[in-house]
Amino acid sequence: MSNIEIKNFNMYYTNFHALKNININIAEKRVTAIIGPSGCGKSSLLRSINRINDTVDGVHTSGEINISGKNIYNIEVNVGILRRNVGMVFQRPNPFPISIYENVAFGLKVNRIYSNKNVIDDVIEKSLKAVLLWNHVKDKLRKSALSLTLEQQQRLCIARVIAVAPSIILLDEPCSSLDPIATQKIEELIMQLSNKYTIVLVTHNMQQAARISRSTAFMFLGKLIEFDDTEKIFTNPSIKETEDYVSGRFG
Amino acid sequence: MIKLSPRLSQKISYLLLFLATVLAIVPGLLIISIIIAKGKDVFFAWDFLTLMPINGMLDGGIFPAIIGTLLLIIITIFLSLPIGIGAAIYLNEYAKDNLLTRMIKLSIVNLAGVPSIVYGLFGLGIFVMYLKLGVSIIAGVLTLSVMELPVIITTSRSALKSVPYLFREASLSLGVSRWDTIKYIVLPNAIPGILTGVILSIARIAGETAPLLFTAVAFYTPYLPHSIYDQVMILPYHLYITATQIPNIGKDRIFATAFMLLMIVLTMNFIAIIIRIYFRKNRKW
Repeated sequence: MSNIEIKNFNMYYTNFHALKNININIAEKRVTAIIGPSGCGKSSLLRSINRINDTVDGVHTSGEINISGKNIYNIEVNVGILRRNVGMVFQRPNPFPISIYENVAFGLKVNRIYSNKNVIDDVIEKSLKAVLLWNHVKDKLRKSALSLTLEQQQRLCIARVIAVAPSIILLDEPCSSLDPIATQKIEELIMQLSNKYTIVLVTHNMQQAARISRSTAFMFLGKLIEFDDTEKIFTNPSIKETEDYVSGRFG
Repeated sequence: MIKLSPRLSQKISYLLLFLATVLAIVPGLLIISIIIAKGKDVFFAWDFLTLMPINGMLDGGIFPAIIGTLLLIIITIFLSLPIGIGAAIYLNEYAKDNLLTRMIKLSIVNLAGVPSIVYGLFGLGIFVMYLKLGVSIIAGVLTLSVMELPVIITTSRSALKSVPYLFREASLSLGVSRWDTIKYIVLPNAIPGILTGVILSIARIAGETAPLLFTAVAFYTPYLPHSIYDQVMILPYHLYITATQIPNIGKDRIFATAFMLLMIVLTMNFIAIIIRIYFRKNRKW
């Protein structure tokens, strides 16, 4: 079970009301896209699901985000364990300036999940295979992660997340710094991963949402305007603002 | 007003800017070359560096002043580095952006600009008299540390700040705690910047006289310090007294003392440059 149920969720940056009473149910093991113009709150919503926004000064929230039925904003939730379960991949590939091997091993070692080297090696191999990077890097695991191309770096970042065994992966515009061919390859990877992981994808790129997601949420000015099957959102939305946005009239 | 052709005005401004640069470095080069020229004979007769002063400092060497200066530098580093880096980590990584934090940051910036003689008087009042440490190495080290802390905190903070925020978020989002993120991601990437800044600031205190004048220095000690409660001779003060208080002293001895002080400062700067080059080569973002 790794569905995400967001109930009456509000978020504020000091006095700015960034997310207004969001209600949404994100089903497990599929790609759900969140679209909307800049500043609509889509990234804020995504960053609330692993509570990475807690680290920003002045952020406070109300309402619930339930993952597998448990409210992650509950006081006794261990944020470390939550974030291992809800991985995140960022806009710009951000591998650490260490070796490829150490990047994937980082979460395992620092969180002291495994200490046996063979087990760690095994997890690293599986994680790199899951992102289709293994064949390319297996002979240069000790090389700097920054020697890879941007696309490979982004794959590595996904592998780094997969290594700590999440059930949910949040992707914050993961292709925005990639060229079209790399974008296509990462999109294929995302679709493949959705067999195993619940994926929430924030994107600026409506075609991308249409290509790879099964459900799409449209947000505008901090509110969730419409949430439905992707096909319906793009062909026959029920709300006029959604139609205006997906047809390119604003945004 | 005559209008100059662009070509000519380009030439004139090039010349003026070049002249400004020359003017800026000529005094420094002159100082160094005069000191070396006049001090080298005594300096390279190694006795001067390894002997105690005798005959009212007219003879013998400056060994205790070298040791005194090095002792003060080294103890000050060990004392102020951990505290300064700790404070910098707190301010940069943990402190919330509120009025108190802003006031602390502002005072640190201002403290870095307080004249060193003021620190000297502060040290005299607090460490020498109130805490009854007397004029001693420990009082001098504490005074230097208080003086250096704002500088160390400021340079360490800017080194910490230069580590991309994306690295921190990537680490936190893997479920890694804040402290482990600092330990394994932030600090390793900030250390070269911190070290460079700190060594440069320490090089600066090697030449300080004012904060030590009332807190640590002796005009003349015939022996090396036995404990941190002893007074010491230091190079910059020794230079001052030999140049002004002792008649009939050989000028070459004064220049050789300046040579030694220069060597200590230049060596530390050189170490800082090596560290920077080494880490920049391995820097990957």
